[in-house]
Amino acid sequence: MSGPLLSASDLTVRFGGLVAVNKVSFDVQRGEVFTIIGPNGAGKTTVFNLISRIYQPTAGNIRYEGEDLVAQPPHAVAALGIARTFQNIELFEFASVLQNLLIGTHTHRRTSLWQDILFTGATRRAEIHARRKAEEVIDFLSLQRYRDMMVAGLPYGVRKVVELARALCAEPKLLLLDEPSSGLNVEETDDMAWWIQDIQRDLGITVLMVEHDMSLVSKVSDRVLAMNQGEVLALGTPEEVQSHAGVIEAYLGSTDDLSSLRRSAA
Amino acid sequence: MRFIFKTDYDQDIRIVKHDGQAFWYGLLGLSLLAAPWLLSEYMLAQLVFVLIYATVGLGLMLLAGFTGQFSIGHAAFLGVGAYTQAVLTNAGWPFPLALACAGTLSAIVGIVIGVPALRVKGIYLGIATLAFGFIVEEGLARWESVTGGNAGLHVKSPAMFGWTLDSNTEFYFLCLVVVVLSTLAILNLLRSPTGRAFVAIRDSEISAQSMGIHLARYKTMSFALSAGLAGLGGALYAHKIKFLSPEQFNIVQSIDLLLMVVVGGLGSVHGVFLGAIFLITMPQLIAMGKDYLPDSVGQSPGLQAVVYGVVLVAFVMFEPHGLYGRWLKMRTYLQMFPFYRAGMFKRQKAFQKSDRLK
Repeated sequence: MSGPLLSASDLTVRFGGLVAVNKVSFDVQRGEVFTIIGPNGAGKTTVFNLISRIYQPTAGNIRYEGEDLVAQPPHAVAALGIARTFQNIELFEFASVLQNLLIGTHTHRRTSLWQDILFTGATRRAEIHARRKAEEVIDFLSLQRYRDMMVAGLPYGVRKVVELARALCAEPKLLLLDEPSSGLNVEETDDMAWWIQDIQRDLGITVLMVEHDMSLVSKVSDRVLAMNQGEVLALGTPEEVQSHAGVIEAYLGSTDDLSSLRRSAA
Repeated sequence: MRFIFKTDYDQDIRIVKHDGQAFWYGLLGLSLLAAPWLLSEYMLAQLVFVLIYATVGLGLMLLAGFTGQFSIGHAAFLGVGAYTQAVLTNAGWPFPLALACAGTLSAIVGIVIGVPALRVKGIYLGIATLAFGFIVEEGLARWESVTGGNAGLHVKSPAMFGWTLDSNTEFYFLCLVVVVLSTLAILNLLRSPTGRAFVAIRDSEISAQSMGIHLARYKTMSFALSAGLAGLGGALYAHKIKFLSPEQFNIVQSIDLLLMVVVGGLGSVHGVFLGAIFLITMPQLIAMGKDYLPDSVGQSPGLQAVVYGVVLVAFVMFEPHGLYGRWLKMRTYLQMFPFYRAGMFKRQKAFQKSDRLK
C-alpha cells in the first residue's frame, strides 16, 4: 500500500478553555523516524495521546493506513499495529520482565477464556510462540540478565529499555516513543540511539517519537516537526528545523525580548 | 538457593517448576487424601471449613490480588451461591448440577455488579460493592417465599440419583475436589494471556489498554470468575452449615473474606490457603487464650473482633505481603544462611507515580 502510514490533519484538542493542540497536520511516511520537538507544554504528548486514542480530538482526524483511527476504541489501537511507550514509564511493576514482555504480545492472543482455564494445547502452543517472540526481543535489546527480575526492583535506565521491549513484543508497524532518552545518562542515550536506528533499519518499523535531546534527535531522525503552544512551527530535516528562526525563538526567546530585558536591567 | 537451568519453553510454562515442588505437593496431596482416617471428626470439620473458605478466597484473590479491584461485598456472592444450592438441593436436584447452577448464577450476579463497577475505582468501588452487599443481604431477608427470610432455611445433604453424601468423609472429598479443580483453574489462568491481562490491569490500566487489553471486558471477566468461585464456596458452605439465614452473609462475613486474602498475602495463590487456615484457626486460638485472660477481657463479647482488627492492622503495617510473604522470607533466610540481608525483599520506591492508587 502506498501513501503515508499515518496522517493527521487539522488535529485540534481543547481542554475547557485551553487549546492544547491547534490545527496540527503532518504525515508520517513508512519506514522513517519522525520526531516531534518543542518546549514544555507544546502539546507533543497530547498528540501522542490522540494517536493512542486516550484523548478524543475536538476536531480534525487521524488516518492510519488510510483508515479512520479516531473511530477506533483505545484498546483496538494496538491490534492495528501501533505500540507506544510512556514518558513516565508505565510498566507492570509487580511482574517480572518476561511477564511484561508477554503482556506486550497480548494483541496477538487467539485463545479464549475457556481454553486458558483448561490450559489446552492451543494455549500451550500460543504461550510457547509468545515466549519465542519475547526471547527475540530480549536478544535484540540485550535484556537477558533481567529476564526473571521484578520490574519494581530495576534501575530507571533498564526500565526504559524494558518498556521499549514490551512495545516491540506487540510487533508494531508504528512505534510511538514518548521521550525515550529522558532520565538516561549519556551512555544509555547513545544505546537508545543505536536501538532506534536498528528498529528502523533491521525491523523496518516506522518510529514516531517525542524527544528533547537534540543530539539524539539529529542522530536518528529523518524528519522533525517543531511545535510550540499547540501549533506547528516548522517541519523538515533536523538541520532545517534547528536553524529555523521560529524554533530558536520558541526555545531561547527572541532578540527583542533579550534587548528589552537588558534595558530593564540597566 | 535453587537455580533452575531452563532448556525449553515448556519448563517455563509448567505448573510444577522442579522436583522439590513435585515431592512436597505430592506429599501434601497424599496427606489430604488420607486426612479422614488420620484426623479426628472435629479436625476434619475444621479442614472442610478451610477448603470452603479457600474456594471463596481464590475468587476474591483473583479479583483483589490479581486484578486490583477490591470488593467489600463478597459475602453477597457467597450468599447467592449458598441460597441457590439450598433451594435447588431441597427441590431434589442432583448436587453437581446444583453446584454448577450456584456458581453460574453467582457469576451472572457478578457481571451485573461488575458492569457499573467498571466506572469506579479504588475506594469508590469498595463503597459500591459494600452497598451491593447490603442490598443482597436485605433481599435474602425479604424474599421469604424462596429464602425463608429471617426464619432461615434448612439445607438437605447433597444427593445424586439415590446416592446421598451424608457422611463427613464423603462431603470432605467433595470439597477437596472442588478446591483442587478451582486452584488448577486459577493457576492455569495465571500462566495464560487472560491472567496476565488481569495483572496488567492491576499494575497500570493506561498501559494495559495501550497493549490492546479491553479493560471493561477483562474487569467484567474477573468479577464474574471471582463471584462464580465465591458462589461455589457458598454452595459448599450451605451444606456444611445446613441452616442458612441472611445475617451469615452480612458485612462482617465480607470483611472476614477480605481479611483472609490480605493476611494470607495479596497476589499469591498460596496466600489464599494460608489465609483460610488463619481465618479458621484464629477463633479457636482466641477461645483457648480466653481462659488465661482476666474475665473482664476474656469474657467480653467483642474480643474476637478486636483481635482480628489488630491482626489486620499489624499485617498491613509490618507485613504487607501477608503470611506467604513471611514464609518466603523465612525460606530465603534458611536457604541463604548466613548471607540473608534485611532489605532483600524491600521494594524500591516507584520512580514516578501517575494516576494509580498504590
